[in-house]
Amino acid sequence: MMILDLLTALAKVVIIFAMILGVVPVLIWMERKGAAYIQDRRGPNRASILGMRLGGIVHSFADALKLFTKEEIAAGSVSKPLFYIAPMITFFIAIVTVGVVPFAEPLRLFGYEFNLQIADLNAGLIYVFAMSSIGVYGLLIAGWAASGKYPLLGALRAAAQMVSYEVALGLSVVAIFLLSGSLRLQDIVIQQGALIWDWNVARQPVAFVLFMVALFAETNRLPFDLPEGESEIVAGYHTEYSSMRFALFFMGEYTHIIVGSLIIATLFFGGWQFPFVAAELMRSNMDGVIVIGWPAAGIALLMFGMFLVSRFRRRYRDLRDYETLLFGVPAMLFATLLLIAWAGLLTRGYLDNIPAWIGNAVVFAVQLGTLLAKALFFCAFFIWVRWTLPRFRYDQLMNLGWKVMIPIGVANVVVTSAVMVFRP
Amino acid sequence: MFEAILFYSLAAVAVISALLVVTRVNPISSALMLVVCFMATAGVFAILGAAFIAILQILLYAGAIMVLFIFVIMLIGTDPADLKRRQMTFAKILGAAAAVYLAIVLGLAAWRPPFIAAPMAGDAFLSPATIGKQLVTTYLLPFEILSVLLLIAIVGAVVLAKKKI
Repeated sequence: MMILDLLTALAKVVIIFAMILGVVPVLIWMERKGAAYIQDRRGPNRASILGMRLGGIVHSFADALKLFTKEEIAAGSVSKPLFYIAPMITFFIAIVTVGVVPFAEPLRLFGYEFNLQIADLNAGLIYVFAMSSIGVYGLLIAGWAASGKYPLLGALRAAAQMVSYEVALGLSVVAIFLLSGSLRLQDIVIQQGALIWDWNVARQPVAFVLFMVALFAETNRLPFDLPEGESEIVAGYHTEYSSMRFALFFMGEYTHIIVGSLIIATLFFGGWQFPFVAAELMRSNMDGVIVIGWPAAGIALLMFGMFLVSRFRRRYRDLRDYETLLFGVPAMLFATLLLIAWAGLLTRGYLDNIPAWIGNAVVFAVQLGTLLAKALFFCAFFIWVRWTLPRFRYDQLMNLGWKVMIPIGVANVVVTSAVMVFRP
Repeated sequence: MFEAILFYSLAAVAVISALLVVTRVNPISSALMLVVCFMATAGVFAILGAAFIAILQILLYAGAIMVLFIFVIMLIGTDPADLKRRQMTFAKILGAAAAVYLAIVLGLAAWRPPFIAAPMAGDAFLSPATIGKQLVTTYLLPFEILSVLLLIAIVGAVVLAKKKI
């Protein structure tokens, strides 16, 4: 039994980390395409493998190859061990935060329970803060070890900014756990329920805004990317980094965005709760869910394939022209197969009595997909904000943190607790 | 078995990093080693099942206090070459005496262990709710005194830093 537990834990770690790392190139692609569309450009669309461009996502892989093969440079004056360890710390901290995020309800299969959550801590929320508070070390050490003026300035900015905004971050969620009465993320999600107006974003809109702003500051994204500040201090704390060490900072930033989006979705947007359809309701009406959901998925896939095929034009007169057909035709064929299989199974009555384990598995998949969809929405929001707002000035940043957000956070906590106590 | 391996490796890390805190010449290295020491201690708490206390240890000591320490050291920018060579001071003599005393106490403890097996603490003992309740009921007075102490420290810092109040 113990070996099985260990294997399950290992499998969970591998699945979740692979999932996060797999989203990173997609997010980099989203960033570039999003920037391009906001600035009225086409974005990356040149790199191709045998004519396949995948809408520019191949550029992410080209980048990875480039960074792998570049030379690593460390100036003579850097303090080597710290210089080498700093990017690792940044990336490590960014990714271990995901350990407490519940991706779905525990899945019960054949009497065995599988919980897609690495550690179900009773202080899960505090763990998130602890990790985000030591995330600053990567930046601090990087800036100091590089022994240059610009890196050091970047590191000092990072430290000041993160320490200031952590207070606001902490205050904003005090109201959340006053409402839910627990620090376990699973409890917070269950307590929010499936109705949209019971989610914490509707019950605690002020806390949501505070949390969002503080999270932008914690992830060092525009409008709070002063530690990098290209126009003022070259590239801040990672000025001296090249090759894969730079890539680790880069991946760390995007991992931070993904994990932050997962936390926002979990705390404020009901986590894995599918809007308006509670898990129990879904489980008790599994026949209907499958009978309706299966053809809906098939038709959506069919329409996606038709859309791709309709985009076929002879523009370049080489392999690239056939890319849309290469993906569109198989999608249409697969969708047709899905629909035929559905019709066949339905008419022979196989879809009447779904076994409970299939129902559980479907609910699990739906919950996982819901959480990931919510998180991807916030990733897109991060990108949208980055290419919309300009950077803060340093004094504005500090004023916003200490003189606006913290008082609002304290007032929010006081009002929330007063309402909780005096509510009739 | 796993617990023993984890405990001894974490304890080794804690002790070695604590020694390095004292012996490093560069203040930044010392501060970073102190962070490592806090992390290892938090790991020991986590092995004991006190996840909440482990997390608080990281959040407060490693995440907040040490960041400020390092921030200040960086701002002052002490060059290791500028630091004074070691001198014999009264504080050192006092420290050595205290160390000898500690060694005697530890030796006595190892020779004739005064320990009893600790009773098992329930799950409720380690939950955040229990700790919070204890803080505002049984330990209310020490808690309040501590917060006043911190307030005094803040006021003192402001008085020292500002020329005109």
